[in-house]
Amino acid sequence: MKPRRRIAPGAVVWLLVGVAYFFIPLAATLLFSLRDDQTGKCCTLANFSYILHDPTFWKTIRLSFVVALETIAITLALLVPTVYWVHLKVPRLRPLIGFLALVPFVVAPIILVVGLLDIYRGSPEWFYASPYGFLATAYVILAFPFMYFSLDTGFRSIDVHTLTEASQSLGAGWPTTLWRVILPNIKAAALAGSFLTLAIVMGEYTIASLAQFNTFSVFVQYINQNKAYPAGAVTIIAFAITWAAMLALLAVGRGRTAPITEGEK
Amino acid sequence: MADVELKLLHRRFGDVVALAGIDLDIATGEFVSLLGPSGCGKTTALRLVAGFDRPTSGRVVIDGRDVTEVPPNKRDIGMVFQAYSLFPNMTAVRNVEFGLRVRKHNGAARNKRALELLDLVGLAQAAGRYPHQLSGGMQQRVALARALAIEPRLLLLDEPLSALDAKVRVQLREEIRRIQLELGITTIYVTHDQEEALSISDRVAVMYGGKIEQIGPPAEMYGSPSTPFVAEFIGTMNRLVATVGDNGTIDYAGLPLRVDAARGLPRGERVLCLVRPETVTVVPANGAAVEGTIAGEVVANTFLGSTSRVRVADGGGDRTLTADVSTSHASALAVGTRVVASFPSDSPRLLSLADQPELPVLDPDNP
Repeated sequence: MKPRRRIAPGAVVWLLVGVAYFFIPLAATLLFSLRDDQTGKCCTLANFSYILHDPTFWKTIRLSFVVALETIAITLALLVPTVYWVHLKVPRLRPLIGFLALVPFVVAPIILVVGLLDIYRGSPEWFYASPYGFLATAYVILAFPFMYFSLDTGFRSIDVHTLTEASQSLGAGWPTTLWRVILPNIKAAALAGSFLTLAIVMGEYTIASLAQFNTFSVFVQYINQNKAYPAGAVTIIAFAITWAAMLALLAVGRGRTAPITEGEK
Repeated sequence: MADVELKLLHRRFGDVVALAGIDLDIATGEFVSLLGPSGCGKTTALRLVAGFDRPTSGRVVIDGRDVTEVPPNKRDIGMVFQAYSLFPNMTAVRNVEFGLRVRKHNGAARNKRALELLDLVGLAQAAGRYPHQLSGGMQQRVALARALAIEPRLLLLDEPLSALDAKVRVQLREEIRRIQLELGITTIYVTHDQEEALSISDRVAVMYGGKIEQIGPPAEMYGSPSTPFVAEFIGTMNRLVATVGDNGTIDYAGLPLRVDAARGLPRGERVLCLVRPETVTVVPANGAAVEGTIAGEVVANTFLGSTSRVRVADGGGDRTLTADVSTSHASALAVGTRVVASFPSDSPRLLSLADQPELPVLDPDNP
């Protein structure tokens, strides 16, 4: 029989410390959310019921989720071909693009939103006044570094040149090469960038609030300011929904594998 | 299948001349190897044929059609790369099917053809495996099957065996040749391994400094090198810088040696005398020196398996000669043994050095 591998006691301690670091605040929030809103006594699900029966909750979470998906779609559509082209044709530009990708970290959202509101002031109403227009555009900028560095890592892990040339020598054009050869091999990186983008958009408050869009994070902030115990409940629900959305993305990203043909049996 | 013509192909990268005017005609069904050291331009030439790069000037003609400006995916050329190039997200059979899928062949026909080709390369049993589940040799076989699946007009192989073990390399190169002959497909093979090129090609083109130095059948390239570089690059060669003497002799550092090829050459002309080591005889010295031989001592004796390479130098070290002798004979030729080395007068080849003050060096980075 194979001997069981022993885990060092030190590693177990560090693992427990890590688990505690993440789960104690979550557990505390959960316990807090189970208190009665009037008496403060444990334990009731009334706060969860209150949040789940609030139509604004569903409206705002739907809005944020759709804007997040739109942001992911735009960011991927912009960055996948760009990063592919840079790796393939102008790899010396990688440091420059990496530097540009850091700009959203340097410019605070509060400054970014003021600039964007000014720049887009003359744009059409359907864009400027719509969260699916203005807000998604702003979030694409915020998502840039997260998506870029994820994709860059993905592209560095494959031999872009050889795969591209192999695909072309077999008769494939650029779209087929990108769609059938390159994308499936950087899927993990694209998914990682998408997760980060989703998390950022679901939690972004500054731009949405200043641009006067009622997103999920604005709703959470409103509840936080006005109702202490339901605020705990909404935090737990937001946590659960974001994780569920990430798992859904993962499931979609994995996709359906092609049926096994005779030769693969 | 196609015939290929490379017409005065030039390629510059800034100040660097990668190809300095290549002219090459390849007949339908022929297997031609481009052989040369690193940086000689062989891969550049192959990439121009494949369409991955554009020549600075010159033309690539396939089947009488100028394809110089045709993109690679429209050239109908199969290629096997030096680096492992299988698509990691696809199984072996899916990789082989890829080109047929692009050409919109129906699923069943595609699968049948892919399995046939995997069978041809001896990998039918590995059809369902992903590239990371295959060895290097298996991956290159699948890559070959994938390149052949589209029934290309021309097959290009860019050092496909260089990453493999020596044994697998020998086995696979024989398979490549077998399949090429079976399908009769016109093939251009790039390699820096002369043994590989000589063993499987109809013709070998030795390249140096962006040019083809010599092209011909393997036996001709080995037996009759036309330039000092080819003589040095193909096989091992003794290169004796000498001057033509009287009556079919050459003067090698003061020592007259009989060489038939020297007859009729102007006396005093500077020549390079090329002597294959396998034609050199080395025997222990027995008394006085014999005219037309190099008397000296063994300075190196390297075991190579069935043969050993023995290096003989005279007292001053001015005159040296390398011989390949049977290992059983070489046991009597320990380092320091006094010996006499000679070669038949009809075996050396002479190249004039009248216009060539410097001999070429094999590795331009390490002269």
